[in-house]
Amino acid sequence: MNGFLAILQRDLRLALRQGADSVMVVAFFIVTTTLFPFGVGPEANILARIASGVIWVSALLAAMLSLERVFQTDYEDGTLELLTLSPVSLELLVLGKVLAHWLTTGLPLIIAAPLMAVMLNMDQNGFVTLMIAMLLGTPALSLIGAIGAALILGARRGGVLVSLLVLPLYIPVLIFGAGAVEAALLGISATAQLQIMGAILLITLAATPFATAHAVRQAME
Amino acid sequence: MHRFAKPSVFLKLTDPLLPWLAGATAILIATGLYFALFASPLDYQQGDTVRIMYLHVPAAWMGLFCYVGMAICGAMSLIWKHPLADICARATAPIGATFTALCLITGSLWGEPMWGTWWVWDARLTSMLILLFLYLGYIALVNAFDDPERGSKAGSALALVGAINVPIVKFSVDWWNTLHQPASIVRMDGPSVDPSMQLPLALMILGFTCYYFVLLILRVRLELNERRIRALQLSGMFDERSDQEAEKANSYDAGHNAEASQ
Repeated sequence: MNGFLAILQRDLRLALRQGADSVMVVAFFIVTTTLFPFGVGPEANILARIASGVIWVSALLAAMLSLERVFQTDYEDGTLELLTLSPVSLELLVLGKVLAHWLTTGLPLIIAAPLMAVMLNMDQNGFVTLMIAMLLGTPALSLIGAIGAALILGARRGGVLVSLLVLPLYIPVLIFGAGAVEAALLGISATAQLQIMGAILLITLAATPFATAHAVRQAME
Repeated sequence: MHRFAKPSVFLKLTDPLLPWLAGATAILIATGLYFALFASPLDYQQGDTVRIMYLHVPAAWMGLFCYVGMAICGAMSLIWKHPLADICARATAPIGATFTALCLITGSLWGEPMWGTWWVWDARLTSMLILLFLYLGYIALVNAFDDPERGSKAGSALALVGAINVPIVKFSVDWWNTLHQPASIVRMDGPSVDPSMQLPLALMILGFTCYYFVLLILRVRLELNERRIRALQLSGMFDERSDQEAEKANSYDAGHNAEASQ
Protein backbone atom coordinates (compact mmCIF):
# COMPACT_ATOMS: atom_id res chain seq x y z
CA MET A 1 0.00 0.00 0.00
CA ASN A 2 2.95 2.29 0.72
CA GLY A 3 4.16 1.84 -2.83
CA PHE A 4 0.69 2.75 -4.13
CA LEU A 5 0.62 5.96 -2.06
CA ALA A 6 4.21 6.82 -2.95
CA ILE A 7 3.63 6.54 -6.69
CA LEU A 8 0.35 8.45 -6.39
CA GLN A 9 2.11 11.23 -4.49
CA ARG A 10 4.99 11.32 -6.97
CA ASP A 11 2.77 11.49 -10.05
CA LEU A 12 0.54 14.15 -8.49
CA ARG A 13 3.55 16.22 -7.49
CA LEU A 14 5.00 15.93 -11.00
CA ALA A 15 1.66 16.95 -12.53
CA LEU A 16 1.29 19.92 -10.18
CA ARG A 17 4.84 21.19 -10.61
CA GLN A 18 4.68 20.90 -14.40
CA GLY A 19 1.18 22.31 -14.15
CA ALA A 20 0.43 22.90 -17.78
CA ASP A 21 -0.74 19.34 -18.52
CA SER A 22 -4.01 19.42 -16.56
CA VAL A 23 -4.83 22.90 -17.79
CA MET A 24 -4.16 21.80 -21.34
CA VAL A 25 -6.62 18.89 -21.08
CA VAL A 26 -9.38 21.17 -19.80
CA ALA A 27 -8.55 23.77 -22.45
CA PHE A 28 -8.77 21.09 -25.15
CA PHE A 29 -12.13 19.98 -23.77
CA ILE A 30 -13.50 23.53 -23.79
CA VAL A 31 -12.15 24.37 -27.25
CA THR A 32 -13.51 21.14 -28.79
CA THR A 33 -16.93 21.74 -27.28
CA THR A 34 -16.86 25.33 -28.54
CA LEU A 35 -16.35 24.07 -32.09
CA PHE A 36 -19.78 22.44 -32.23
CA PRO A 37 -21.90 25.62 -32.18
CA PHE A 38 -19.79 26.81 -35.12
CA GLY A 39 -20.28 23.50 -36.91
CA VAL A 40 -24.01 22.91 -36.38
CA GLY A 41 -25.11 26.52 -35.99
CA PRO A 42 -26.04 28.45 -32.87
CA GLU A 43 -29.77 27.59 -32.58
CA ALA A 44 -30.42 27.05 -28.89
CA ASN A 45 -32.77 24.06 -29.17
CA ILE A 46 -30.44 22.08 -31.47
CA LEU A 47 -27.52 22.71 -29.13
CA ALA A 48 -29.62 21.71 -26.12
CA ARG A 49 -30.55 18.49 -27.93
CA ILE A 50 -26.95 17.46 -28.71
CA ALA A 51 -25.29 18.91 -25.57
CA SER A 52 -24.90 15.66 -23.61
CA GLY A 53 -23.39 13.81 -26.55
CA VAL A 54 -21.03 16.66 -27.41
CA ILE A 55 -19.80 16.94 -23.84
CA TRP A 56 -19.23 13.20 -23.59
CA VAL A 57 -17.39 12.94 -26.90
CA SER A 58 -15.18 15.93 -26.06
CA ALA A 59 -14.43 14.45 -22.64
CA LEU A 60 -13.54 11.11 -24.27
CA LEU A 61 -11.12 12.80 -26.67
CA ALA A 62 -9.58 14.93 -23.93
CA ALA A 63 -9.06 11.87 -21.72
CA MET A 64 -7.51 10.01 -24.65
CA LEU A 65 -5.10 12.80 -25.56
CA SER A 66 -3.65 12.86 -22.08
CA LEU A 67 -3.03 9.10 -22.00
CA GLU A 68 0.42 9.35 -23.47
CA ARG A 69 1.88 10.88 -20.38
CA VAL A 70 0.78 8.06 -18.06
CA PHE A 71 3.75 5.89 -18.99
CA GLN A 72 5.66 7.57 -21.80
CA THR A 73 8.03 9.87 -19.86
CA ASP A 74 8.70 7.17 -17.26
CA TYR A 75 9.44 4.77 -20.09
CA GLU A 76 11.88 7.16 -21.72
CA ASP A 77 13.88 8.07 -18.60
CA GLY A 78 13.99 4.49 -17.30
CA THR A 79 11.77 4.99 -14.24
CA LEU A 80 9.34 2.38 -15.49
CA GLU A 81 12.10 -0.22 -15.62
CA LEU A 82 12.92 0.40 -11.96
CA LEU A 83 9.22 0.21 -11.10
CA THR A 84 8.87 -3.20 -12.76
CA LEU A 85 11.94 -4.41 -10.88
CA SER A 86 10.67 -3.18 -7.51
CA PRO A 87 9.28 -5.74 -5.01
CA VAL A 88 5.92 -3.89 -4.87
CA SER A 89 3.34 -5.51 -7.15
CA LEU A 90 3.25 -3.75 -10.50
CA GLU A 91 -0.56 -3.98 -10.63
CA LEU A 92 -0.78 -1.78 -7.53
CA LEU A 93 1.70 0.73 -8.95
CA VAL A 94 -0.25 0.85 -12.21
CA LEU A 95 -3.41 1.51 -10.24
CA GLY A 96 -1.65 4.37 -8.45
CA LYS A 97 -0.57 5.91 -11.74
CA VAL A 98 -4.08 5.56 -13.16
CA LEU A 99 -5.58 7.20 -10.08
CA ALA A 100 -3.11 10.08 -10.44
CA HIS A 101 -4.08 10.37 -14.11
CA TRP A 102 -7.75 10.50 -13.21
CA LEU A 103 -7.22 13.11 -10.46
CA THR A 104 -5.30 15.37 -12.85
CA THR A 105 -7.50 14.95 -15.94
CA GLY A 106 -10.86 13.30 -15.13
CA LEU A 107 -11.65 15.46 -12.11
CA PRO A 108 -10.98 18.83 -13.85
CA LEU A 109 -13.19 17.64 -16.72
CA ILE A 110 -16.06 16.90 -14.34
CA ILE A 111 -15.75 20.42 -12.94
CA ALA A 112 -15.61 21.97 -16.42
CA ALA A 113 -18.54 19.89 -17.79
CA PRO A 114 -21.46 21.86 -16.19
CA LEU A 115 -19.92 25.08 -17.48
CA MET A 116 -20.02 23.76 -21.02
CA ALA A 117 -23.53 22.39 -20.41
CA VAL A 118 -24.68 25.90 -19.56
CA MET A 119 -23.02 27.31 -22.65
CA LEU A 120 -24.68 24.64 -24.83
CA ASN A 121 -28.04 25.54 -23.35
CA MET A 122 -28.63 22.14 -21.77
CA ASP A 123 -31.68 21.86 -19.53
CA GLN A 124 -30.84 22.27 -15.84
CA ASN A 125 -32.38 19.00 -14.66
CA GLY A 126 -29.65 17.10 -16.51
CA PHE A 127 -26.70 18.71 -14.66
CA VAL A 128 -26.58 16.48 -11.59
CA THR A 129 -26.93 13.31 -13.66
CA LEU A 130 -24.22 14.53 -16.02
CA MET A 131 -21.82 15.02 -13.13
CA ILE A 132 -22.66 11.69 -11.50
CA ALA A 133 -22.31 9.90 -14.85
CA MET A 134 -18.94 11.55 -15.44
CA LEU A 135 -17.85 10.70 -11.92
CA LEU A 136 -18.53 7.03 -12.72
CA GLY A 137 -17.38 7.16 -16.33
CA THR A 138 -14.09 9.08 -16.34
CA PRO A 139 -12.25 6.69 -13.95
CA ALA A 140 -13.25 3.83 -16.28
CA LEU A 141 -11.83 5.85 -19.20
CA SER A 142 -8.51 6.26 -17.36
CA LEU A 143 -8.42 2.55 -16.48
CA ILE A 144 -9.18 1.35 -20.02
CA GLY A 145 -6.90 3.95 -21.57
CA ALA A 146 -3.95 2.85 -19.44
CA ILE A 147 -3.96 -0.51 -21.29
CA GLY A 148 -3.59 1.31 -24.60
CA ALA A 149 -0.93 3.65 -23.16
CA ALA A 150 1.09 0.64 -21.99
CA LEU A 151 0.67 -1.32 -25.22
CA ILE A 152 2.13 1.44 -27.41
CA LEU A 153 5.31 1.94 -25.35
CA GLY A 154 8.19 1.87 -27.80
CA ALA A 155 5.93 1.92 -30.87
CA ARG A 156 6.35 4.20 -33.85
CA ARG A 157 3.67 6.94 -34.09
CA GLY A 158 2.30 5.89 -30.71
CA GLY A 159 0.05 8.91 -30.28
CA VAL A 160 -2.10 8.17 -33.34
CA LEU A 161 -2.08 4.47 -32.64
CA VAL A 162 -3.49 4.86 -29.13
CA SER A 163 -6.64 6.48 -30.53
CA LEU A 164 -7.28 3.50 -32.79
CA LEU A 165 -6.79 1.09 -29.89
CA VAL A 166 -8.63 2.90 -27.14
CA LEU A 167 -11.59 4.68 -28.75
CA PRO A 168 -13.47 1.47 -29.75
CA LEU A 169 -13.18 0.31 -26.15
CA TYR A 170 -14.52 3.66 -24.88
CA ILE A 171 -17.83 3.26 -26.71
CA PRO A 172 -19.80 1.50 -23.90
CA VAL A 173 -18.98 4.33 -21.48
CA LEU A 174 -20.09 6.85 -24.10
CA ILE A 175 -23.38 5.03 -24.81
CA PHE A 176 -24.47 4.74 -21.20
CA GLY A 177 -23.01 8.09 -20.15
CA ALA A 178 -24.89 9.99 -22.81
CA GLY A 179 -27.94 7.74 -22.25
CA ALA A 180 -28.09 8.62 -18.55
CA VAL A 181 -28.10 12.37 -19.26
CA GLU A 182 -30.63 11.87 -22.03
CA ALA A 183 -32.96 10.01 -19.63
CA ALA A 184 -32.62 12.72 -16.99
CA LEU A 185 -33.44 15.40 -19.57
CA LEU A 186 -36.60 13.51 -20.53
CA GLY A 187 -37.56 13.33 -16.87
CA ILE A 188 -37.12 9.54 -16.65
CA SER A 189 -35.06 7.98 -13.89
CA ALA A 190 -31.46 7.46 -15.01
CA THR A 191 -30.76 4.85 -12.33
CA ALA A 192 -30.46 1.93 -14.75
CA GLN A 193 -27.81 3.63 -16.91
CA LEU A 194 -25.90 4.84 -13.85
CA GLN A 195 -25.94 1.35 -12.39
CA ILE A 196 -24.54 -0.08 -15.62
CA MET A 197 -21.83 2.60 -15.56
CA GLY A 198 -21.03 1.62 -11.99
CA ALA A 199 -20.77 -1.99 -13.14
CA ILE A 200 -18.42 -0.98 -15.98
CA LEU A 201 -16.27 0.93 -13.49
CA LEU A 202 -16.08 -2.04 -11.11
CA ILE A 203 -15.24 -4.51 -13.88
CA THR A 204 -12.52 -2.28 -15.34
CA LEU A 205 -11.18 -1.59 -11.84
CA ALA A 206 -10.88 -5.32 -11.19
CA ALA A 207 -9.57 -6.44 -14.58
CA THR A 208 -7.59 -3.70 -16.32
CA PRO A 209 -4.68 -3.30 -13.82
CA PHE A 210 -3.63 -6.87 -14.66
CA ALA A 211 -3.77 -6.25 -18.41
CA THR A 212 -1.93 -2.94 -18.06
CA ALA A 213 0.77 -4.41 -15.81
CA HIS A 214 1.19 -7.27 -18.27
CA ALA A 215 1.61 -4.82 -21.15
CA VAL A 216 4.16 -2.80 -19.15
CA ARG A 217 6.18 -5.94 -18.39
CA GLN A 218 6.15 -6.82 -22.09
CA ALA A 219 7.48 -3.38 -22.96
CA MET A 220 10.33 -3.88 -20.50
CA GLU A 221 11.45 -7.26 -21.84
CA MET B 1 -1.13 -29.95 -29.38
CA HIS B 2 2.35 -28.74 -28.47
CA ARG B 3 3.77 -31.24 -30.94
CA PHE B 4 2.07 -29.39 -33.79
CA ALA B 5 3.47 -26.03 -32.74
CA LYS B 6 6.80 -26.56 -34.48
CA PRO B 7 7.00 -24.75 -37.83
CA SER B 8 8.57 -27.78 -39.56
CA VAL B 9 5.79 -30.06 -38.33
CA PHE B 10 3.22 -27.49 -39.44
CA LEU B 11 4.68 -27.40 -42.95
CA LYS B 12 4.82 -31.18 -43.17
CA LEU B 13 1.23 -31.56 -41.97
CA THR B 14 -0.33 -28.84 -44.08
CA ASP B 15 1.44 -29.79 -47.32
CA PRO B 16 -0.91 -32.70 -48.14
CA LEU B 17 -3.86 -30.94 -46.49
CA LEU B 18 -3.74 -27.83 -48.66
CA PRO B 19 -4.95 -29.26 -52.02
CA TRP B 20 -7.84 -31.06 -50.27
CA LEU B 21 -8.91 -27.90 -48.51
CA ALA B 22 -8.59 -25.85 -51.68
CA GLY B 23 -10.65 -28.45 -53.59
CA ALA B 24 -13.30 -28.52 -50.87
CA THR B 25 -13.47 -24.72 -50.95
CA ALA B 26 -13.96 -24.65 -54.71
CA ILE B 27 -16.66 -27.36 -54.68
CA LEU B 28 -18.53 -25.98 -51.66
CA ILE B 29 -18.57 -22.40 -52.89
CA ALA B 30 -19.45 -23.44 -56.47
CA THR B 31 -22.40 -25.64 -55.41
CA GLY B 32 -23.34 -23.11 -52.72
CA LEU B 33 -23.43 -20.32 -55.29
CA TYR B 34 -25.45 -22.48 -57.71
CA PHE B 35 -28.08 -23.18 -55.05
CA ALA B 36 -27.95 -19.60 -53.78
CA LEU B 37 -28.33 -17.93 -57.15
CA PHE B 38 -30.50 -20.38 -59.11
CA ALA B 39 -31.91 -23.30 -57.16
CA SER B 40 -33.27 -21.57 -54.06
CA PRO B 41 -36.71 -20.00 -53.74
CA LEU B 42 -37.36 -16.28 -53.77
CA ASP B 43 -38.38 -14.61 -50.55
CA TYR B 44 -42.09 -13.76 -50.68
CA GLN B 45 -41.35 -10.19 -49.57
CA GLN B 46 -37.78 -9.53 -50.66
CA GLY B 47 -37.69 -11.22 -54.07
CA ASP B 48 -34.22 -11.62 -55.52
CA THR B 49 -32.46 -9.43 -52.95
CA VAL B 50 -32.69 -12.24 -50.43
CA ARG B 51 -29.81 -13.85 -52.32
CA ILE B 52 -27.45 -11.26 -50.77
CA MET B 53 -27.95 -13.25 -47.57
CA TYR B 54 -25.85 -16.11 -48.94
CA LEU B 55 -22.79 -13.83 -48.97
CA HIS B 56 -23.72 -11.61 -46.05
CA VAL B 57 -24.32 -14.24 -43.38
CA PRO B 58 -21.19 -16.35 -44.12
CA ALA B 59 -19.07 -13.16 -44.18
CA ALA B 60 -20.48 -12.09 -40.80
CA TRP B 61 -19.86 -15.57 -39.44
CA MET B 62 -16.25 -15.48 -40.67
CA GLY B 63 -15.68 -12.03 -39.18
CA LEU B 64 -16.54 -13.36 -35.74
CA PHE B 65 -14.90 -16.74 -36.31
CA CYS B 66 -11.60 -15.12 -37.28
CA TYR B 67 -11.66 -12.83 -34.26
CA VAL B 68 -12.25 -15.74 -31.89
CA GLY B 69 -9.45 -17.63 -33.62
CA MET B 70 -7.16 -14.63 -33.30
CA ALA B 71 -7.97 -14.23 -29.59
CA ILE B 72 -7.34 -17.95 -28.96
CA CYS B 73 -4.02 -17.74 -30.82
CA GLY B 74 -3.19 -14.64 -28.78
CA ALA B 75 -3.94 -16.46 -25.54
CA MET B 76 -1.83 -19.44 -26.66
CA SER B 77 1.09 -17.21 -27.55
CA LEU B 78 0.87 -15.43 -24.17
CA ILE B 79 0.55 -18.64 -22.15
CA TRP B 80 2.84 -21.09 -23.97
CA LYS B 81 4.87 -18.61 -26.05
CA HIS B 82 4.40 -20.64 -29.24
CA PRO B 83 5.92 -18.73 -32.14
CA LEU B 84 3.43 -20.40 -34.47
CA ALA B 85 0.46 -19.04 -32.49
CA ASP B 86 1.84 -15.52 -33.02
CA ILE B 87 2.15 -16.11 -36.73
CA CYS B 88 -1.38 -17.56 -36.93
CA ALA B 89 -2.86 -14.57 -35.09
CA ARG B 90 -1.00 -12.15 -37.37
CA ALA B 91 -2.06 -14.05 -40.47
CA THR B 92 -5.71 -14.19 -39.36
CA ALA B 93 -6.16 -10.45 -38.75
CA PRO B 94 -6.26 -9.17 -42.36
CA ILE B 95 -8.48 -12.09 -43.43
CA GLY B 96 -10.94 -11.38 -40.63
CA ALA B 97 -10.88 -7.65 -41.35
CA THR B 98 -11.70 -8.32 -44.99
CA PHE B 99 -14.61 -10.62 -44.13
CA THR B 100 -15.95 -8.05 -41.66
CA ALA B 101 -15.71 -5.32 -44.28
CA LEU B 102 -17.42 -7.63 -46.79
CA CYS B 103 -20.21 -8.26 -44.29
CA LEU B 104 -20.71 -4.52 -43.75
CA ILE B 105 -20.69 -3.78 -47.49
CA THR B 106 -23.12 -6.56 -48.45
CA GLY B 107 -25.31 -5.63 -45.49
CA SER B 108 -25.35 -2.04 -46.66
CA LEU B 109 -26.27 -3.12 -50.22
CA TRP B 110 -29.02 -5.31 -48.80
CA GLY B 111 -30.26 -2.58 -46.45
CA GLU B 112 -30.76 -0.02 -49.19
CA PRO B 113 -33.64 -1.82 -51.01
CA MET B 114 -35.06 -3.44 -47.85
CA TRP B 115 -34.84 -0.79 -45.14
CA GLY B 116 -34.53 2.17 -47.51
CA THR B 117 -31.19 3.24 -46.09
CA TRP B 118 -27.54 2.31 -46.58
CA TRP B 119 -26.73 2.55 -42.91
CA VAL B 120 -28.54 2.77 -39.58
CA TRP B 121 -26.91 3.14 -36.17
CA ASP B 122 -28.37 -0.16 -35.12
CA ALA B 123 -26.77 -2.22 -32.35
CA ARG B 124 -25.72 -5.09 -34.63
CA LEU B 125 -24.33 -2.84 -37.36
CA THR B 126 -22.48 -0.62 -34.91
CA SER B 127 -20.95 -3.50 -32.98
CA MET B 128 -19.81 -5.06 -36.28
CA LEU B 129 -18.20 -1.74 -37.24
CA ILE B 130 -16.38 -1.72 -33.90
CA LEU B 131 -15.17 -5.23 -34.68
CA LEU B 132 -13.66 -3.86 -37.89
CA PHE B 133 -11.96 -1.06 -35.91
CA LEU B 134 -10.58 -3.64 -33.49
CA TYR B 135 -9.10 -5.59 -36.40
CA LEU B 136 -7.55 -2.42 -37.85
CA GLY B 137 -6.19 -1.44 -34.43
CA TYR B 138 -4.65 -4.90 -34.06
CA ILE B 139 -3.02 -4.74 -37.50
CA ALA B 140 -1.69 -1.22 -36.82
CA LEU B 141 -0.35 -2.19 -33.40
CA VAL B 142 1.35 -5.37 -34.59
CA ASN B 143 3.18 -3.47 -37.34
CA ALA B 144 4.12 -0.45 -35.19
CA PHE B 145 7.23 -1.92 -33.60
CA ASP B 146 10.69 -2.37 -35.01
CA ASP B 147 10.88 -5.69 -33.19
CA PRO B 148 8.16 -7.97 -34.67
CA GLU B 149 8.26 -10.12 -31.54
CA ARG B 150 7.18 -7.21 -29.36
CA GLY B 151 4.46 -6.30 -31.88
CA SER B 152 2.98 -9.79 -31.74
CA LYS B 153 2.92 -9.79 -27.95
CA ALA B 154 1.25 -6.39 -27.70
CA GLY B 155 -1.22 -7.54 -30.36
CA SER B 156 -2.07 -10.70 -28.41
CA ALA B 157 -2.95 -8.64 -25.35
CA LEU B 158 -5.13 -6.32 -27.45
CA ALA B 159 -6.87 -9.25 -29.17
CA LEU B 160 -7.81 -10.67 -25.77
CA VAL B 161 -9.10 -7.33 -24.45
CA GLY B 162 -11.11 -6.79 -27.65
CA ALA B 163 -12.67 -10.27 -27.43
CA ILE B 164 -15.29 -8.71 -25.14
CA ASN B 165 -16.92 -7.36 -28.31
CA VAL B 166 -17.64 -10.82 -29.77
CA PRO B 167 -20.53 -11.75 -27.43
CA ILE B 168 -21.81 -8.18 -27.79
CA VAL B 169 -22.05 -8.64 -31.58
CA LYS B 170 -23.69 -12.06 -31.25
CA PHE B 171 -26.31 -11.04 -28.70
CA SER B 172 -26.81 -7.42 -29.72
CA VAL B 173 -29.96 -8.32 -31.67
CA ASP B 174 -31.41 -10.12 -28.63
CA TRP B 175 -30.49 -7.45 -26.09
CA TRP B 176 -31.60 -4.44 -28.08
CA ASN B 177 -34.77 -4.44 -30.11
CA THR B 178 -33.52 -2.95 -33.35
CA LEU B 179 -33.96 -2.88 -37.10
CA HIS B 180 -31.67 -5.84 -37.79
CA GLN B 181 -33.59 -9.09 -37.55
CA PRO B 182 -33.04 -11.29 -34.45
CA ALA B 183 -30.95 -14.47 -34.48
CA SER B 184 -32.39 -16.98 -36.93
CA ILE B 185 -29.74 -19.71 -37.33
CA VAL B 186 -27.90 -20.34 -34.07
CA ARG B 187 -30.64 -20.27 -31.45
CA MET B 188 -32.15 -22.47 -28.79
CA ASP B 189 -35.17 -23.87 -30.68
CA GLY B 190 -33.49 -24.60 -34.00
CA PRO B 191 -33.05 -22.39 -37.06
CA SER B 192 -36.04 -20.41 -38.26
CA VAL B 193 -34.76 -20.14 -41.84
CA ASP B 194 -36.68 -22.23 -44.39
CA PRO B 195 -34.95 -25.61 -45.12
CA SER B 196 -34.63 -24.78 -48.81
CA MET B 197 -32.58 -21.74 -47.85
CA GLN B 198 -30.62 -23.56 -45.15
CA LEU B 199 -28.83 -25.79 -47.64
CA PRO B 200 -27.14 -23.06 -49.73
CA LEU B 201 -26.46 -21.09 -46.56
CA ALA B 202 -24.76 -24.07 -44.90
CA LEU B 203 -22.75 -24.78 -48.06
CA MET B 204 -21.57 -21.17 -48.26
CA ILE B 205 -20.65 -21.01 -44.57
CA LEU B 206 -18.66 -24.25 -44.85
CA GLY B 207 -17.07 -23.03 -48.07
CA PHE B 208 -16.03 -19.71 -46.51
CA THR B 209 -14.59 -21.54 -43.49
CA CYS B 210 -12.52 -23.84 -45.73
CA TYR B 211 -11.41 -20.79 -47.71
CA TYR B 212 -10.23 -19.17 -44.51
CA PHE B 213 -8.12 -22.20 -43.65
CA VAL B 214 -6.60 -22.26 -47.14
CA LEU B 215 -5.66 -18.59 -46.80
CA LEU B 216 -4.38 -19.11 -43.26
CA ILE B 217 -2.11 -21.98 -44.32
CA LEU B 218 -0.81 -19.98 -47.29
CA ARG B 219 -0.15 -16.89 -45.19
CA VAL B 220 1.55 -18.84 -42.39
CA ARG B 221 3.76 -20.61 -44.93
CA LEU B 222 4.61 -17.27 -46.51
CA GLU B 223 5.61 -15.86 -43.14
CA LEU B 224 7.68 -18.95 -42.26
CA ASN B 225 9.46 -18.81 -45.63
CA GLU B 226 10.10 -15.10 -45.24
CA ARG B 227 11.64 -15.72 -41.85
CA ARG B 228 13.78 -18.49 -43.25
CA ILE B 229 15.01 -16.22 -46.06
CA ARG B 230 15.81 -13.50 -43.54
CA ALA B 231 17.70 -15.98 -41.38
CA LEU B 232 19.62 -17.28 -44.39
CA GLN B 233 20.47 -13.76 -45.53
CA LEU B 234 21.68 -12.87 -42.07
CA SER B 235 23.79 -16.00 -41.75
CA GLY B 236 25.08 -15.42 -45.28
CA MET B 237 26.13 -11.92 -44.31
CA PHE B 238 27.95 -13.19 -41.28
CA ASP B 239 29.60 -15.95 -43.28
CA GLU B 240 30.85 -13.43 -45.82
CA ARG B 241 32.17 -11.16 -43.14
CA SER B 242 33.83 -13.99 -41.27
CA ASP B 243 35.41 -15.13 -44.54
CA GLN B 244 36.78 -11.67 -45.20
CA GLU B 245 37.96 -11.36 -41.65
CA ALA B 246 39.60 -14.74 -41.85
CA GLU B 247 41.32 -13.70 -45.09
CA LYS B 248 42.45 -10.46 -43.54
CA ALA B 249 43.73 -12.31 -40.54
CA ASN B 250 45.53 -14.79 -42.79
CA SER B 251 47.15 -12.10 -44.89
CA TYR B 252 48.11 -10.25 -41.72
CA ASP B 253 49.55 -13.43 -40.32
CA ALA B 254 51.32 -14.10 -43.57
CA GLY B 255 52.76 -10.58 -43.69
CA HIS B 256 53.71 -10.77 -40.09
CA ASN B 257 55.38 -14.11 -40.58
CA ALA B 258 57.14 -12.80 -43.65
CA GLU B 259 58.36 -9.80 -41.69
CA ALA B 260 59.47 -12.00 -38.88
CA SER B 261 61.36 -14.29 -41.17
CA GLN B 262 63.23 -11.42 -42.83
